[in-house]
Amino acid sequence: MAKLTIADLKKIKEEYHANQQLREGGFTAKITVHMGTCGIAAGARGIMDAILDELNKSGRKDVAITTSGCAGLCSKEPMLTIERTGEAPVKYIALTPDKARKIFTEHVMGGNAVKEYALVVGHETTY
Amino acid sequence: MSCASPCTTPKQVAIPADDGITPEMYRKIDVIVAAHKDKPGSLIPVLQKSQEVCGYLPHSVQRHIAKGMKISPSVVFGVATFYSFFTLVPRGKHVIRVCLGTACYVKRSEEIIDKLKGELGIKVGEITQDGKYSLEAVRCLGACGLAPVVVVGQDTYGDVAATKVMEIVKKYE
Amino acid sequence: MICAGTGCVANGSLKVKDAFDKELVARNLQNEIKVVLTGCNGFCAKGPVIVVYPEDIFYQQVRPEDVSHLVEEHFIKGRPVQKFLYTPPAKKDAIPVMNEIPFFKHQVLRALRNRSLIDAEKIEEYIARDGYMAAVKALTEMTPEQIVAEMKRSGLRGRGGAGFLTGLKWELCLKVKGDIKYILCNGDEGDPGAFMDRSVMEADPHSVLEGMIIAAKAIDAHYGYIYVRAEYPLAVHRLQLAIDQAKERGLLGKDILGTGFDLDIEIYQGAGAFVCGEETALMASIEGLRGMPRPKPPFPVYKGLFQRPSVLNNVETFANVPPIILHGADWHASLGTEKSKGTKVFALSGALNNIGLVEVPMGIPLKTIIYDIGGGIKGNRKFKAVQMGGPSGGCIPESLIDTPVDYENITKTGAIMGSGGMVVMDETTCMPAMAKFFLEFTEDESCGKCVPCRIGNKTLLTILERITNGEGREGDIDLLLQLSQQVKDASLCGLGQTSPNPILTTIKYFRDEYEAHIHEKRCPARVCTPLVKFKVNEEKCKKCGLCYKNCPVGAITWEKGKVASIDLEKCTKCKTCIKNCRFWAID
Ligand SMILES: Cc1cc2nc3c(=O)[nH]c(=O)nc-3n(C[C@H](O)[C@H](O)[C@H](O)COP(=O)(O)O)c2cc1C
Ligand code: FES
Repeated sequence: MAKLTIADLKKIKEEYHANQQLREGGFTAKITVHMGTCGIAAGARGIMDAILDELNKSGRKDVAITTSGCAGLCSKEPMLTIERTGEAPVKYIALTPDKARKIFTEHVMGGNAVKEYALVVGHETTY
Repeated sequence: MSCASPCTTPKQVAIPADDGITPEMYRKIDVIVAAHKDKPGSLIPVLQKSQEVCGYLPHSVQRHIAKGMKISPSVVFGVATFYSFFTLVPRGKHVIRVCLGTACYVKRSEEIIDKLKGELGIKVGEITQDGKYSLEAVRCLGACGLAPVVVVGQDTYGDVAATKVMEIVKKYE
Repeated sequence: MICAGTGCVANGSLKVKDAFDKELVARNLQNEIKVVLTGCNGFCAKGPVIVVYPEDIFYQQVRPEDVSHLVEEHFIKGRPVQKFLYTPPAKKDAIPVMNEIPFFKHQVLRALRNRSLIDAEKIEEYIARDGYMAAVKALTEMTPEQIVAEMKRSGLRGRGGAGFLTGLKWELCLKVKGDIKYILCNGDEGDPGAFMDRSVMEADPHSVLEGMIIAAKAIDAHYGYIYVRAEYPLAVHRLQLAIDQAKERGLLGKDILGTGFDLDIEIYQGAGAFVCGEETALMASIEGLRGMPRPKPPFPVYKGLFQRPSVLNNVETFANVPPIILHGADWHASLGTEKSKGTKVFALSGALNNIGLVEVPMGIPLKTIIYDIGGGIKGNRKFKAVQMGGPSGGCIPESLIDTPVDYENITKTGAIMGSGGMVVMDETTCMPAMAKFFLEFTEDESCGKCVPCRIGNKTLLTILERITNGEGREGDIDLLLQLSQQVKDASLCGLGQTSPNPILTTIKYFRDEYEAHIHEKRCPARVCTPLVKFKVNEEKCKKCGLCYKNCPVGAITWEKGKVASIDLEKCTKCKTCIKNCRFWAID
């Protein structure tokens, strides 16, 4: 890997910015499984496996799956966040693999958030 | 951990005459020592890696390391007994670690320890006669959200009730 | 109101706010129209979103260059600007938005700015969220003196416990001459009940590295260590990955980003000793010795690791640095109280409904954290106290629940801000037993070098043990108070100087419980087994039978409409009945 210059750094930022926003990344949805220590202890790996399995079965190529650290609400782990292009992200809590499968089918594929398992929509405040 | 002076006699723990350290293990330790020898402050990483190899740090291993690193065995002993991560006695096949951090304490993790002590017939820091389990108390695993927390081997269990803890332990044979 | 949710900030809402501020000052409207940053309204895809009150008009996708026009039309001419007007769709489903959920509403993420947004194992994702931009600024545009001045002006105080001004610490070290200096990061996080640093290291390791790069430039250090405790394998793994990636891309190592600045960082794994969180002990530990503190002075900024000038900061402190350099000292100081600026991360745990990691502006009332963010006490129990600052801290009782959370006010209660652990206790916690718990901890973790700490804490523990065993003597409370003061005054390091705090605060606020234990041989919370009689109080018993149904050994007899009774022959004193009784009817 070549060493970066400051200009490269800014370029990565711009490119990834677009990508993270989903608009130009070629993805229509992004699934983030929160995998910090408490998430993993609460069963986040099982959630991840279920989601990957569903994705495989669906054959979709436009769904991005990623992980991140602790989402902050340890007592409601495992959690995941689903963000579809042009929509605000939705956080789901206290999941089981079955709930995760249902969310995949109804929200990611079908476009309808699963109300019973959802906690909140939107982004956290960061200023 | 509470003793400062390096001169005192260690707590007498019954170590089996055969400490189970194979020549193969010594060879691995030599490699570790050689890789770290010239760097200042590397005793702790060496001990950590050696414990990974042997499972524990008996006196024979400590002396071996001291020789390899050209330091006094008392220095090695001092460090090995200071840090709770190091153990001078073998561990069981399954290590049961109960969190006694504040969050877990508030959720009564002491009762879990008492239960395990009674059921397994050992104290904290000991190993069952069949060598299957050893019991340890730890201070906060950073998973306070799941308190009270018990870790068996690599698996973390949250929200453990004292009355149910044996069910978890019995899963590990 | 301008949305400051992550989504809108990424779309430039902060720049829009600056533009508004400028425009309003230019038109002399700053006293009539207030620009406020708010939490997320849930319309993230249309960001930045602006809401104008009292009319309740929504504007969407406003760019800084539009602001002038918008102010002119809307505020001066009174005509809403059609182009940006946005009608929020009628609520089609009932999932609440961030602003409606107290857990999120009161939080402001700065140190945790990337939480749940980036993949900690991909450096690109960090870069995409302004990552390493502050390092670029510090390395190319700023002198060490300027960095120090900016940090001092921001008022950032160390998040590791003592709250020392970070800028001042750096300045002291900058002024020391020395060819080799070290920059160190304290990830030991020994306080039980605290997991803020773990979360930062796991979720956003690059922010720690970037903070260290900036600090290294400020003090002219070229070598650094991150000391992480052995209990955090995932944090070690992700930090190591982050370091490797940064090295590969020239963000660490020789000639960082072509600026000519060198910095190498290495992880050092602790081996399980609480006292190694103390700065001089931590350095001894990195040197490969037993982690024992030494007397100060000389302070580590003059003689630290390997006798070289060193700066040690906490993980969260470092995570706070990049945005301060990027957005400026005033931005940081815009939140918080006079002497405690910015935000603080707390680890909420214990008897709460919502357990987790929260970041709030300094000065927020304790009550808001416990009842709004924490969602109140679990299971309809009563709040009793909150423990802050771990074994060095103290318990804050219900009567002080309105205390604003900042360094000064928390210290006034007798507790300390500490690193940010908040363990909430309900009425089922016994305070003398709690104090005993902490003393067991300090007695165990005392390194043994100085006598007051080694023997004093042991003696304190002995007294507490006899009190909780029902063998307390007249005068024990005074003895505790007196000895506590002596241990505090005479100990060598911060461990002993603070270890009696749990005793002092519990006696201060819950003296009646100590008295009940000593004089009446009674444990009001029914925790100290030797003091529990396991006898049903006939007046309080509501005859519900819950104790009977839950007893695992069948020691309780009960019939519908009759008071229960416990057979002491069969009873194993497991206290399941006490836990299930809602009426405190078992003495
Ligand atoms: C007994 C003891 C334990 C400590 N443990 C920690 C710790 O776990 N984490 C930490 O960051 N600071 C800890 N500190 C504070 C450090 O000594 C030091 O003040 C701090 O890391 C400085 O960083 P800051 O200025 O960024 O807060 C401890 C202090 C004492 C006396
Ligand atoms: S107190 Fe047990 S995990 Fe933190």
